[in-house]
Parts: sequence; structure tokens; C-alpha cells
Amino acid sequence: MSAVTDLLQQVVEGLGSGAVYASLALALVLIHRFTGIVNFAQGELAMLSTYVAWQLVASGMPFWLALPVTLAVSFAGGMLVERIVIRPVQGAPELTVVIVTVGLFIFVNALAGLIWSFTVKDFPRQFPDGGLDLAGVRVDWSTLGILGVVAVVMGLLYLLFQHTSSGLVMRAVACNPSSARLSGIRVGRVLMLGWGLAATVGAVSGVLVAPVLFLEPNMMGGVLIYAFAAATLGGFDSPVGAVVGGLIVGVAETLTGAYVDVIGADLKVGVPLMIILAVLLVRPQGLFGRAAVVRA
Amino acid sequence: MHKTTALRAAAAATAALLTATACSTQRGQDAPDTAAGGACKGQHTTGITDDTIELGGIYPLSGPASAYGTISKGVAAYFEYVNDKGGIDGRKVRFIVRDDGYQPPKAVEEARRLVEQEKVFAVFQTLGTPSTAAVWDYLDKQKVPQPFVATGASVWGTDDKHPWTIGWQPNYVAEARVYAKYLTDAKPKARVAVLYQNDDFGKDLLGGFEKAVAGSGVKVVAKESYEVTDPSVSAQMASLSRSKADVLLDVTTPKFGSQALAADARNTKWNPLHIVNNVASSAAVLKPVGFEHVQGVVSATYFKDPADPHWADDPAMKTYLKAMHEHAPDTDPANQFNAYGWAVAASLHRALDSMKCPTREGLRDAVRNLKDVKVGLLLPGVTLSTGHGDAFPIETMQLMRFKGERWQLFGKPVDTRKEFGPLTN
Amino acid sequence: MSTIAVTLGTDRARRLRAALTVLLAAAVAVGAPFYFAPFQVFQLTMVLLYAVALAGLNLLVGFGGQISLGHGAFFAAGAYTSAVMLDRYDTGHLATLPVAAAGCFLLGLALGVPALRLRGLYLALVTLSLAVFLPPLLKRLEPVTGGSMGLIVDKPQPPAWSGLAEDQWTYFVVLAVTAVALLLARNLLRSRVGRALRAVRDDESAAEVMGVRLSLHKTLAFAWSAMFAGVAGCLYTWVIGFVSPDSFSFVLSVTLLAGLVVGGLASLYGPLLGAAFVTYVPSVSQDLSEAAPGVVFGLLIIAVMFVAPTGLAGLPGRVPVAVARRLSDVAARRPSGVSAVLHRTPPAASAPGPESPSRPGTRASEPLTPADPETVGAPPRTEKE
Repeated sequence: MSAVTDLLQQVVEGLGSGAVYASLALALVLIHRFTGIVNFAQGELAMLSTYVAWQLVASGMPFWLALPVTLAVSFAGGMLVERIVIRPVQGAPELTVVIVTVGLFIFVNALAGLIWSFTVKDFPRQFPDGGLDLAGVRVDWSTLGILGVVAVVMGLLYLLFQHTSSGLVMRAVACNPSSARLSGIRVGRVLMLGWGLAATVGAVSGVLVAPVLFLEPNMMGGVLIYAFAAATLGGFDSPVGAVVGGLIVGVAETLTGAYVDVIGADLKVGVPLMIILAVLLVRPQGLFGRAAVVRA
Repeated sequence: MHKTTALRAAAAATAALLTATACSTQRGQDAPDTAAGGACKGQHTTGITDDTIELGGIYPLSGPASAYGTISKGVAAYFEYVNDKGGIDGRKVRFIVRDDGYQPPKAVEEARRLVEQEKVFAVFQTLGTPSTAAVWDYLDKQKVPQPFVATGASVWGTDDKHPWTIGWQPNYVAEARVYAKYLTDAKPKARVAVLYQNDDFGKDLLGGFEKAVAGSGVKVVAKESYEVTDPSVSAQMASLSRSKADVLLDVTTPKFGSQALAADARNTKWNPLHIVNNVASSAAVLKPVGFEHVQGVVSATYFKDPADPHWADDPAMKTYLKAMHEHAPDTDPANQFNAYGWAVAASLHRALDSMKCPTREGLRDAVRNLKDVKVGLLLPGVTLSTGHGDAFPIETMQLMRFKGERWQLFGKPVDTRKEFGPLTN
Repeated sequence: MSTIAVTLGTDRARRLRAALTVLLAAAVAVGAPFYFAPFQVFQLTMVLLYAVALAGLNLLVGFGGQISLGHGAFFAAGAYTSAVMLDRYDTGHLATLPVAAAGCFLLGLALGVPALRLRGLYLALVTLSLAVFLPPLLKRLEPVTGGSMGLIVDKPQPPAWSGLAEDQWTYFVVLAVTAVALLLARNLLRSRVGRALRAVRDDESAAEVMGVRLSLHKTLAFAWSAMFAGVAGCLYTWVIGFVSPDSFSFVLSVTLLAGLVVGGLASLYGPLLGAAFVTYVPSVSQDLSEAAPGVVFGLLIIAVMFVAPTGLAGLPGRVPVAVARRLSDVAARRPSGVSAVLHRTPPAASAPGPESPSRPGTRASEPLTPADPETVGAPPRTEKE
């Protein structure tokens, strides 16, 4: 195997991890666009959705039927979470809401452990084993599949944000809830919708990555950090940015881990940090984010 | 106004707290209970009477390591089973479980609570190297036995300043020696790639392996680490595959074990002999990968895996399964950590039986003077042995290879003590 | 607003009352270790130690308006500075404190510069990645830090003349450092720096126009805050006698921030309440549910935020109002022993828990307009400027 094929193989691995980060980063961006907060529990909600899918399949439902059911359950679940857990602290300082999501994180993680134990679960593979061989570089079907689905979700979100009236409404709500309310927008409904959609995107993410990462309650904990990195890098309000950010983070950390001996696999987690710092120092709003203009 | 209300409330709260605790707790320095007479005179009997023994365990029931918390259920089930049969030498066991969330400060707090408030006879067990290291000085000073800690770091056996603490499971170095011996015999020219967890467990096992193969034809040609917080090890596996090594030594915990096995199966261009370490060798780890993908994988073990159909008719396994259904119905008996808990509790039972004096000193000495003690869930040929200069209860492991849908033991149990000599610091 | 009241409070009677309260608090603090069992003294020691870290975080988050999710890293830096000095150079315990403090101050100063450019969310996440990066770095520096096995160091021993037990001595040492640290924090806030910080938090442009040197004060806030975290870390090493990289995972940083918000931002005694929360509530959770303490702990965090959205420190002021408003709600979500004031609420057995989808009590007593979600159990927003 030549050095070039080697390098390309590492790039493919990096894209594979990057797609995993991007899938969750999309949900983070979505919730941020709708509500203006960072949701620490996003990964755990995705993990919970994945368990729902697993439970359905384990009880005999075919996977392709279980999937839409899971997405619907997640949507409803996300709305319910907003209504029960987030609504009561609406209007409190923003950090209060963030800490509520931290509490939710701890709660959901422990709950999943209580119900399904910490044993690794056998999650059905949606994509066939094996893969393509492109001039000596192996690309798994699962990597391609995840990348494809992430691209589709990204496209849908882009359309939602830019080309629908609900996109406009939700931007209004995220920008200034009280003004939005004054102009007749039902803010509560929009926020519920945001949580529902984010939970659905999270469910897609969980179901996608479960065959690769293996399903157990801490499955998304590690992904969340990288998804934060991806969203920060890309700018917290752009779905395209989230995906590009995720891929950059994935490729960069894989390559430095593999080729820069000083850094090595143990310190590769520092690489996204350096990139983010560098990018943010030049563009504080992230690669694709829009600078907030504040009227003083 | 604001502030005075707050202050008053704070004062009221403090007063309430003080009065509340006044009734329950006092800082009394009550004289330690000691044995009255005979050969045991003057030894400490806190937590043990003629018909009870109090034991306290500290496990991560919450937090990132909560997968191991279920060990406490295996232990508790064993003690309940024994209590139903009349207890240990007529003494009923009360087993108190506390949660440290895998955080050393919480472990210290809980150890102090168990010793000072619950007045336990012994702290059985602490889990994980950090938590154990954080409390062993304290327990040593208090002269409270800390038998059979649930971590395989070799330091528990090589250290000579903490006589009250001892390990149980084969230490990671001993396990590394088993693989080293297997490779030097079966593949004397093997080039080995190592995937390891970047903590005490991974480092200890890797270091032990490198030491054990030093001077032989077996060479470590590549090593990659991962953090417990990493989402996946696929990048590390891709790096290792560049080495084209003949052997992959896979030093991972269950989830990462599954990931590494799956990554190895996906990569059709690199087919090393895959050695997976004991922690990640349960059938429960292999099953999600697909049994067809893990044929020929090698590992080593010392206790019977409840998920392995091989042991379905084993009497000790039957007792275990029956008792688990009865006493711990909400947990999965096929989980190897439950079986681990059961086996270690049974080992403690033997040690308690062999105490010369029913005292803390008696237990401390008993766990350091075990002679080929057999325990039901341990593999045939694996026994507990300790003595002067040897503080490692289990140092024998048996190799196994995965075939069809189960592990098949092969070769003779490897006694690393005999093969490599005693382990020193 | 409460903070302004504190600074402006000059009334004589009020001073007297404050002095009495301080005396009472001091008496309780000094008497406690002779009264409680050693492990309870240990718990109190941990509360004090976390309070130092939270007070530092409070400078940054509460008064500076900058969010840091990386204070676990400074905490770890302080802890390791102390541990390495004790382990390798065998310096006395006290000698490690100024070094840890100064080291973390400088570290904070260095990181405060890029922090200038980042605000809100972005700063939080960059600091979070710092917290994630530190444990593997500590493992890499094995020759100094002892790698993943960590370092075991001696704890401070009581001198013979004191006649104290080890836990009592440790408690008094930590109490002394904490008292100094909290006083320092208080004085910092009352000084130019504090006024500048608050001005910047409340309206950056206005502050700048008024002549506040923005970048200087923001960077200094970061540095001071890091120093407090470092001091807390140093105390941690003294109390626990053991440091290991995995003890300082990003969970610690998140816990610190959660503790601060639960205790009460921009409040002088919020850090103490928050520290008590993170120390005691995990054990309480465990007593409530041995099977899954995390489930209870998560719920308790959420519950406290429901009842006291501005933190426990803001609770006494709002209790009379809040109690009247939602008798039924509060009873179901009574958080912990920390907020003993809540016991005034009569128990309402029929009140639904926080997870129950509908809350008839609130609904019935408060007719809502559907378009206005804020009235649903939302607190009055008097605390927040």
C-alpha cells in the first residue's frame, strides 16, 4: 500500500467519524436556531430514541417500520420535553435553561441504564457489510450511508431555515421572543416544534451511528463533545456549517492522530480545540455563522 | 429587606441543621470494639458479632463507569443466597452499597461514612484504580480491611505499605504474561500491534506485555491508545492496520472491544490474529459484532462466563443462575460483571471461613494466607493462593479461542507465577 | 439588585445585624468540627473547597457575564501543581498554595486574551474543549504527573500542640483559606474591578463609553477566576491526598457550573449553597434510589431550577411570593435539606411530580393565555437585570 493510498484511507476514516459528529451537530444547530440555547441533553435524547428503535426491533418489528415509528415517537417526545421540562424555566436566565438540560442529561443517561442496563446492545445494521474499493482505498457502505443521510438532513434543514415561513417564524422567536409574541406568533408552539424537530434529527443520528459505535447508554456522551466542536467551528446557526465543521474536525483529528507522532492518538482531541481557537480568533461567529449585530 | 430575609433564612437553616444532627450524630470517640480474650485478645471486632457481619462496598452506580455498578448486584445476590442458607459461619451478612460515581473524592467520603457511621467490618470492595488509591491510606490508618478490590492494577500486590488492601482478579501484568507466553510458544516471530485504553488498566497491561516479550522474537511494532471518553476507536484501528502486524492485542473495555472487533472484521486487507483481553471477552461483547466475524479470536479467562452455553450444566453456574433469578430479578444474570461479583463474594466467603480470629486482623491475615482455595465460578485449575511475598490471589488464566458460538478453552491453565516468577515492583 | 443593596447598605442597625450574623457564622464554622463525626467534617471540608472554586467562577460568570465550562481544567492545574510539588520536591503544604494560585492566575491571564474575542456560547465551548483536553495531556506528561496512575501525596498532619484529629485540622486549614478567598472575592467585587465588571456585564458599550478599560477587566476577570479555581484544586490535593487525570474530566467543569447556577449567580453566598448542593445532593439521591442515583440527581437539578430559577440564593427573597403562587408545585419538588426554608410549604400529596405532563394545580389557579408560555410556573423576573 503506497503512502498516498494510506493517507486517503485515513481521510476516509476521518470523514466517517466526521459524519458521526455532524449528524448530532445538526440537531444542536437546529435547537439553537429555534430556542437560542445549547442543549446538553441532545445526545442523550438521541441515545434514548435509539433505544426505542432497538426495543421495537427486539420485539419483532421490522427495522424499516420501526424507524418511522421511532422518529414519530422522538418528535412527540421532544415536544413533551419542551412542554414539561423547559417551559417552566422559560424566561429565567439563559444559564438556568442550560443547567436544566444538564440535569436532563444526567437523568436520561441514568434512566437508560436503569431500563436497558449498560450491556452493549446488538443494533440492526441498515447498510450492508463490506464496501467499495476505490484504487486501494476501502470505503465502507456504512460510511457512505451515514454521509448520504447527513447530507439529506442538512439539505432539509437548509430548506426549512431559508425557504419556509416557519423558518422565518422560528428565527423571529430565537431572536426576540417577546417581540415575536407581540407580533402574534405563538412562541410556545414554535419552541415545542423546535424541540420536536431536534429530537427527530437526533434520533436519525442515533440510529445511524448505533451500528458503528454500538448502543449503550454512554454511546453519545463522547460524540456530544465533538458535535459541540463541529457546531462551534461551523457557526452555531448554520446546518451547512455543522456538517462542514464535523467533517473538518473528523479528518483533522484522524490525520494528526495518525501522522503527527508528537500529538498521537491520545492528544488528538486537542486538534479540534486548536482549529476552533484559530478560526474563532479570525471569525468569532464560526466559519458559516452570521455575526450578530447588536443595537447598542 | 432582601438581605435580612436571606440572612434570617440562612440562620434558621443552620439552626435547623444543627438541631437535626444533634439527635443523630455526635463526635463521640467511642472506644474501638476489641475481642475480649483468648488468642484474639485486643484485636478489632467492629462490625462483626456472633451472628452478623457488616460489609460496605463502593461502586460507580452513576457516572461514566456505571457499567461496572452491576458487580454490586452479583455480590449482594451472593450474600442474600448465603444468608438464606444460614449465613457465613452462622453470621448473617449485611452488605451496604454506596455510590462514588467513579470520583475519588466521593470514594473517600463514602469510605469514611462506611467506617465511621455504618461501622463496617471491612470495605468490600472498592472499584477502579483511582477510587481504590484514594481510600487505601485512610483504611490503612483506620486498620480496616479492604479485601479483593475490583481493579487489576498490579500495585495492590507489589506495594508493601498497605497490608490491609489486597486485589483479587488476575492483575493486568499477569494477564499480559499469559498472552506473551502464548505468542512466544505459538508465533515466536510475531509482530504485534496494540490497541489500549489510555489509563492505568491499558498502560499496566501493555507495559507487562512489553516486559514479558522482551528478549524473545515477539516484537511490538505499533501501539495506539484511546480515551474512555472517545466516541470510537476506528481511527486508531486504521492506523494500526498500516503496521501490517500479524497479531492485534486488543486491550479495551466492552464497548470499545466491540468496536475494535467490528473494525477488524470490516478490514478485509488486514487479518491479524486478534487477541482480546479478558474484560472485553464476554460473549455479550462479541454477539453484537456478529459471531461470524469473531471466529478464531483468542482471549484468556479465569471465571466462567454466564453468557457462554458451555457452562449451562455446570452446578456452580446453575446455583448462580437460580440465585440471581431469586435475589436480583431486575438484572441480567448473563452479564459477566454479575458473575464476577458473585465469584468475588464467594471468595470472600472462603476467606471469612478461614479466619483464625473473627476480627479485622483475622480477615487481613486470612486473605494473605490462602492455599489453593477453590471457588465455584472460577475455572477448573484456577484457585486463590496467597502467602508471604505473594499478594496476588489469582495469577492463573486459561487461554480460549472463539469457535462457532462459544469460547473453547485450549491448552493448560497458565500459572504466571511458575512461568515468569513472582511479580515485583 | 440584591448586590447593589449589599454595596449600598450603610444603615447602622443593618451593620450590627450583619456583624452578628458573621459572628454566628464564624462560631458555627469553628464549632462544627468538634461536633460532627469525622466523615461529616470531611463533607464540610469539601463544601468549603468547592465554594472557593465556585466563588471564582462566580466572578467570571455571575459578575463578568462570561461563561466558562473549563474551570475543571484550572482546578486540575492547581491540584497537580500542589501534588507535583509535594511529590517531587517535598515542599511543605503551605508552600504549594501561592504557587498554585500564581500559576493558575497566569494561566488564566494567558487564556483570557483569546477569551476576549469570544462571547457567550463560543467561549463556553472553547473552554469546554480545554477541559476535555487536559486529562490526556496530564497522562502524556507522565514523568512529572505520574501518568494515569496519578500521584499519592501526604495530607497535612495536625501539629501536636493543636490536639486536633486529622480531619479537624484539615478542616481548619481549608476553612482559613476559604475565608480568606471569599473575603478577597467580596473585596474584589466592591473595588473598582468589581464595579467595572458589573458595568461591562450589564452594558458593554455603555461601560466603555464611561471609560472602563474593557479588555483589561475582562482578561483580569478570567485570571482571578482561574486563580480561585487553582486554589480550590490545591486544597483538593491536601484533602484527598491523591490526584489522577480522570478525576478531572469535563464532568467536573460541568458540575462546577451547575453548582454555581443552582447556588445562585452573582450572589455572595450562592457559591456556598452551590457547593453544598454538589456535595450533599448526590448522597441524598442515593438514599432515595439505590438502583439509579443519577435519575434522582438529574431530577433534583431540574427541580431546583424550577423552584429557584435564579438559584438557591435567590430563593429566600422569592419564597413568600412563590409559595403563595404555587403551593402545590413546590411541595412536589422539594429539593434537599439545603433549602430548609421550603419546609414551610404544607405537603400536598396529590401534587404531581416534575415529570407529570399536566399540572392541574397551576392550571386551575392561574388562567393562562395560550400565547404566553411565561406564566406557566414561571417565576417573577425581578432578580434579573
